[in-house]
Amino acid sequence: MENTNKRYWKGVEELRNDPAFVKNANSEFANPDANSASDPDGLFGGNTQRRDFLKAMGFSVAAVSLAACEAPVRKATTYLNKPERTFPTISDYYASTYVDRGDYASILVETREGRPIKVEGNPSSSVTFGGTTARAQASVLSLYDIDKLNGPRRGDAAIDWPTVDREIVNQLNSVASRGGAIRIVSSTVLSPTTKAVIADFVARYPTARHIMYDANSAFGIIQANQLSFGRPVIPSYDFSRAQTIVSINADFLGTWIAPLEHAKPYALTRKVGAIGNGKKEMSRHYQFETGMSMTGANADYRTAIKPSQEGLVVAALYNRVAAKLGGTSISAPAVNVANLDKAANDLVQARGRALVVAGSNDPNIQVVVNALNSLLGSYGTTIDLNTPVNYRQGNDQQFNAFVDDVKGGRVGAVMFFAANPVYDHPRGAELAQALPRVALSLSFADRADETASLCKYITPAPHFLECWGDAEPRQGFYSLMQPAITHIFKTRQFESSLLTWAGRPNDYQTYLKNYWRTNYYPQASGFDSFDAFWIKALNDGVFEPNKGRAAAAGGATFAGNLAQAATGIAQRYKPTEGMELALYESVNLGTGSMANNPWLQEVPDPVSKACWDNYAAVSQKTANDLGVQQNDLVTVTVNDKSVELPVLIQPGQADNTVSIAIGYGREKAGKSANNVGKNAYPLAGIVNGHVVFAAFNAKVEKAGGTHEIAQTQTHDTVMGRRAVVQEAKLADYQKNPMAGRYLPKVETSEGPTDPTNITLWHGYGKPNHSWGMVIDLNSCIGCNACVVGCISENNIQVVGREEVINRREMHWIRIDRYYSSDAEAEDVKGLETASANPEVTFQPMLCQHCSNAPCETVCPVLATTHSTEGLNQMTYNRCIGTRYCANNCPYKVRRFNWWKYFDNDNFDYHFNNDLGKMVLNPDVTVRSRGVIEKCSFCVQRIQEGKLTAKKERRRPLPDEIQSACAQACPTNAIIFGDMNNPESTISQILEKETTGRAFHVLEEINVRPQISYLTKIRNKDQVPQQETRQESQV
Amino acid sequence: MSRLSKLCGALSLSLALLLGGQADAQDSVAAAGGGPAAATPAAASGGDAEKGKALFTNNCAQCHAVTDEVVVGPGLKGVRQRTPGEDWLIRWIRNSSAVIASGDPYAVQVFNKYNKIQMSSFPNLTDDDIKGILAYVDQASAPAQASVGGAGQAQARGGGGASAENGDGSVGGPSELFTFVLVALLVVMLLVLGVLLVIVTILSRAVSPVATGEGATAVPLAQRLRDGLTNAVNNSTIRSIVIWLFIFVVTKESVDGLYSIGIQQGYAPKQPIAYSHKLHAGQYKIDCNYCHTGVNKGKSAHIPSANICMNCHGVIKKESPEIQKIYAAIEQNRPIEWVRVHNLPDFAYFNHAQHVNVGNVQCQTCHGEIEKMEVVEQRSSLTMGWCIDCHRKTEVNTKDNAYYDKLVALHRKESKEPLKVANIGGLECSKCHY
Repeated sequence: MENTNKRYWKGVEELRNDPAFVKNANSEFANPDANSASDPDGLFGGNTQRRDFLKAMGFSVAAVSLAACEAPVRKATTYLNKPERTFPTISDYYASTYVDRGDYASILVETREGRPIKVEGNPSSSVTFGGTTARAQASVLSLYDIDKLNGPRRGDAAIDWPTVDREIVNQLNSVASRGGAIRIVSSTVLSPTTKAVIADFVARYPTARHIMYDANSAFGIIQANQLSFGRPVIPSYDFSRAQTIVSINADFLGTWIAPLEHAKPYALTRKVGAIGNGKKEMSRHYQFETGMSMTGANADYRTAIKPSQEGLVVAALYNRVAAKLGGTSISAPAVNVANLDKAANDLVQARGRALVVAGSNDPNIQVVVNALNSLLGSYGTTIDLNTPVNYRQGNDQQFNAFVDDVKGGRVGAVMFFAANPVYDHPRGAELAQALPRVALSLSFADRADETASLCKYITPAPHFLECWGDAEPRQGFYSLMQPAITHIFKTRQFESSLLTWAGRPNDYQTYLKNYWRTNYYPQASGFDSFDAFWIKALNDGVFEPNKGRAAAAGGATFAGNLAQAATGIAQRYKPTEGMELALYESVNLGTGSMANNPWLQEVPDPVSKACWDNYAAVSQKTANDLGVQQNDLVTVTVNDKSVELPVLIQPGQADNTVSIAIGYGREKAGKSANNVGKNAYPLAGIVNGHVVFAAFNAKVEKAGGTHEIAQTQTHDTVMGRRAVVQEAKLADYQKNPMAGRYLPKVETSEGPTDPTNITLWHGYGKPNHSWGMVIDLNSCIGCNACVVGCISENNIQVVGREEVINRREMHWIRIDRYYSSDAEAEDVKGLETASANPEVTFQPMLCQHCSNAPCETVCPVLATTHSTEGLNQMTYNRCIGTRYCANNCPYKVRRFNWWKYFDNDNFDYHFNNDLGKMVLNPDVTVRSRGVIEKCSFCVQRIQEGKLTAKKERRRPLPDEIQSACAQACPTNAIIFGDMNNPESTISQILEKETTGRAFHVLEEINVRPQISYLTKIRNKDQVPQQETRQESQV
Repeated sequence: MSRLSKLCGALSLSLALLLGGQADAQDSVAAAGGGPAAATPAAASGGDAEKGKALFTNNCAQCHAVTDEVVVGPGLKGVRQRTPGEDWLIRWIRNSSAVIASGDPYAVQVFNKYNKIQMSSFPNLTDDDIKGILAYVDQASAPAQASVGGAGQAQARGGGGASAENGDGSVGGPSELFTFVLVALLVVMLLVLGVLLVIVTILSRAVSPVATGEGATAVPLAQRLRDGLTNAVNNSTIRSIVIWLFIFVVTKESVDGLYSIGIQQGYAPKQPIAYSHKLHAGQYKIDCNYCHTGVNKGKSAHIPSANICMNCHGVIKKESPEIQKIYAAIEQNRPIEWVRVHNLPDFAYFNHAQHVNVGNVQCQTCHGEIEKMEVVEQRSSLTMGWCIDCHRKTEVNTKDNAYYDKLVALHRKESKEPLKVANIGGLECSKCHY
């Protein structure tokens, strides 16, 4: 009963058949005597006698009976003056803008009784298309962070705002009168109005200057465009028009520039069949990269390259394309990596619909990429230089000069806004040493972080959900930010502070309104008055005068100096023998600014499935060469700086390279972030003034000792049943829409028959609604937005690193990441070897809401039952915790509450303080110890949606009711709806795809899930490319 | 003697049955009380004034009477005659503040006369709606039809009031009757007991000389009773019956006691402000919706905010010490902390809008005769059994609700019984637990 096409595996230990893995695979739950940090000598560790147990039980019973005699008096506090349109227990939505450094999303904020509880994408935005990222979803929890400062500080002492203002204005005046330099250091500022405020401040203090830098810099791209086209900008990329996409170290779906802006258009090119409007063509995606990134995992052809080959690959690709299209070739050392010719051929064929992107911060590489795109006719089609994006405006050179100035004592005053360079810049340590010598230093950080704690003043700015503001993510695409809650702490907006100190009225809301009146209202049409325009813009959240403006063709003629760039490349990129280092931004934590968010810490990395740590990712071969195994500590040294990290064996990692995520190793961020992982920023280099996230001369040595990485990849295995992922090649699919489908048969005395013909159950009628889901494996990019969306909607508890290691994570939806072997399915020996560069499939896995649910059959107390709407219901107050259901679940989606995770000092996350609990969704019960929980298909949303329809005396509209995961998905890979409504999207897809791509996982056991998956289609050639599979010791 | 104990057993059993029967009767009466009220709005049909009546009840009746009586605003009898005209009235009802702002002399005069209380705006009412309301006012205030109008009005004072009246008559009556019947039965039975005792004595007196021959009458009554008791104690049947009865009663009591843990039926805490529903909802018949603004919209019915109190108490009874507490709260900007009377556990989800707006359930069905309560008390047990019971019995309010059309059609095919909440999944766990 197995899919015979291919073998899939989730982790190296599975291939090795580690004793620990085999043991765990056969038992649903970890052995409870595993040493749990949260219970060193509790129930399992202690030595409880029968009599003690009885005594304790007797006492508890008596105590409970006594306590139950008198019910606590509960108070109901009412409004004094209720706002007219706000009703308690009814959600209000405000359009706003999520901005964290250069991260951007247009959002809707759901508030209850004046507190934001959930962030959704704003469908009105044509920049982010209503999608969200994991970080945008998690940002609402950062609002309720207990580790924030509750007011301004001078040194360690709390002081009040009038005093701060007086002292700072005095000091600014004295610095200015001396002619001393004032520096405002920030990361990218997306807000045009904030820039206007800074300009006002500079007008008042003429020695002031604004310096922007980015922790993950794209200054190389800005410079390259200056060199190539005379325009220092980052263009916008339109992936939806690309037929061939080549990416060199650009994780454009996860972290590069603006993942949200790329994800949906990219996914559009990947959707085939009913979900892609009947289209049977898809783009082809090549990825050349060092570590296995999320984007690389989605590529059709992926090639592992060393960082020192990056420039050579770009040059080689350029030369191959130039040879075909008649461009001037450049001289660069030859490089021998797979797929180069193929990629070049496809690019040339897709001329005018091709796109090459590179993640490097080296302008030489970017100049060659520009030339390549220019040769391919991408400008005006897939690249729009006339509508540049603003996500990265940092200038590495200016920042370097700033650090030199501080060291040289040439700076009189410095202010840090949305910036933490001591932590997230390679020269952070130098800055930390020099900073105390600056006369006036202050930070607007919301906590005493690595930089702020060295400043003389901290004047905390509130969270974006408490702020007025705006953003211009792309030229001519504006978006407004409005407060969804009053200030929680005694904070003041950065802009208000600057205006105060500049001696201007500090009402930023009025300032913002006036700025829009002067600058944007004239661009709008069809409004009677500015107020009407303002209200519309606030309501929509976005104002997009440039929307629909075609990317003007021409105008972007490459005028760069190719030869010079080629020389630069040839000088810098030379084949090396030793270990090389690549730093990368993690999809979850980003650059580390939101590290103190336990949701983000606990969500596993899309590819490695590790959480609560960063690690040194190496390939199996390199690990063998180094004599290390998973979890062994190694010291990674670059020049004189080193970090000690555990090893993680990452299939797909280039040999002789090590990849480390930035964003970890915070020291002063708060309880959840401090000392989680190690800070890798100091390992980054500065080459010609550019921050470079690679080193060609790294040393990796075994350090002795181990540190277990909390990795969820092989938790919840599917008990050896492997027909879980089904996939086909595009050409096969075009011939037969059912290609790759596995159609199981069951042997009976009357011969083989479909599993659906044999059943134990009677089934359930679904007369009214039949809630279901379709998940497109082709457009799921693995980004985790759904996971965090679910956590936020359903009050899912954070369990911490130790408990994740004990396989007790609570996420209701997980994204299974499968590697597939390139060995033939019958090749037993070959299957034992981990593929050096495996294909990857992402499969979101959640409760399948089986119509013949095995969990329901075994529950002794009927705590899990079936509804007439196709839901598998879980009733917490009835559950007695036998865990039979979880044992019997074929999909391993049920979660047991091993502990009480709230009000418990052993789990000191947001559920352990009243502020953090404000994020709770009041419609969903917080589960207590000893009960099972699982995905409910967001039944609270279903109930609410039905009630809305009933109140309006109508049926629910098609697609009116959405689950949190479907709503969060930036690529619409998850489609939720009523399968009984023929007009809903899900019905329309299933109508066509039931005889096409739609399959149920584990069809052979006939549990009849409500969730269908659409087969993964890869745009690969018919004859499998023989990848060079390297031998690896197992 | 053993016959006597059997008799006692039978007596107590029948008492227990009677008591149980009383509870059942109350339930069914309460359910019946909801019936006619639910049907009332459906009876309305045709005619401007009919439509106007509904609109008047929902929008105007809180502040205006159709007679001369001043409630908050003026009584509307003869309103057409004394105002500048129908157009003016339409403008005024839509947005009175705009009319006042325009400096209209009559409007300003009315505004000043009634203590400068702003009348709510009704921008949603169409011209026809307003004309309907005026037609209704004419009809209801016309002297010839005064009695008819009055009756109609009383009936139209919201289904709540109507059903409450039905309810209190029927609920209050039987309980007294039952007490009376019980007492009478008790008396009768005691009499029977006495008569039986007498008969037994006479018979034993008559029999004993025959059995013993002589001098038997010498045994005194006390002695005989003692003997009887000793016999009873020594009789193993009686002993085991008593022991079993004892075990049964103790078990039942403790099980009942355990079940009642967490049930706060009858809970009537003292509130920070002595607000009386009896006065507001009972005597003044203020519609529940007027204060509990969320009851048709969302999960919570809302305890009214202080600004709602101020709609009337801005002018009425300002000096009362209880109302001064509201003023104090507003002045100190400190919200009023009421004591919650109805507490559901966190894992149970209840939504007022579903029951009141969609299901057309009357407030009194769950909250009891709230319009008679000086202090609000929890009348229903709010247990899951109580919820489920109602879901089993209650018909779904499918009328004019397209949501249910398909379900009704499907149900008709399968059954001739009316569509109950239980038939459409009203007993499923995740309707209330998630």
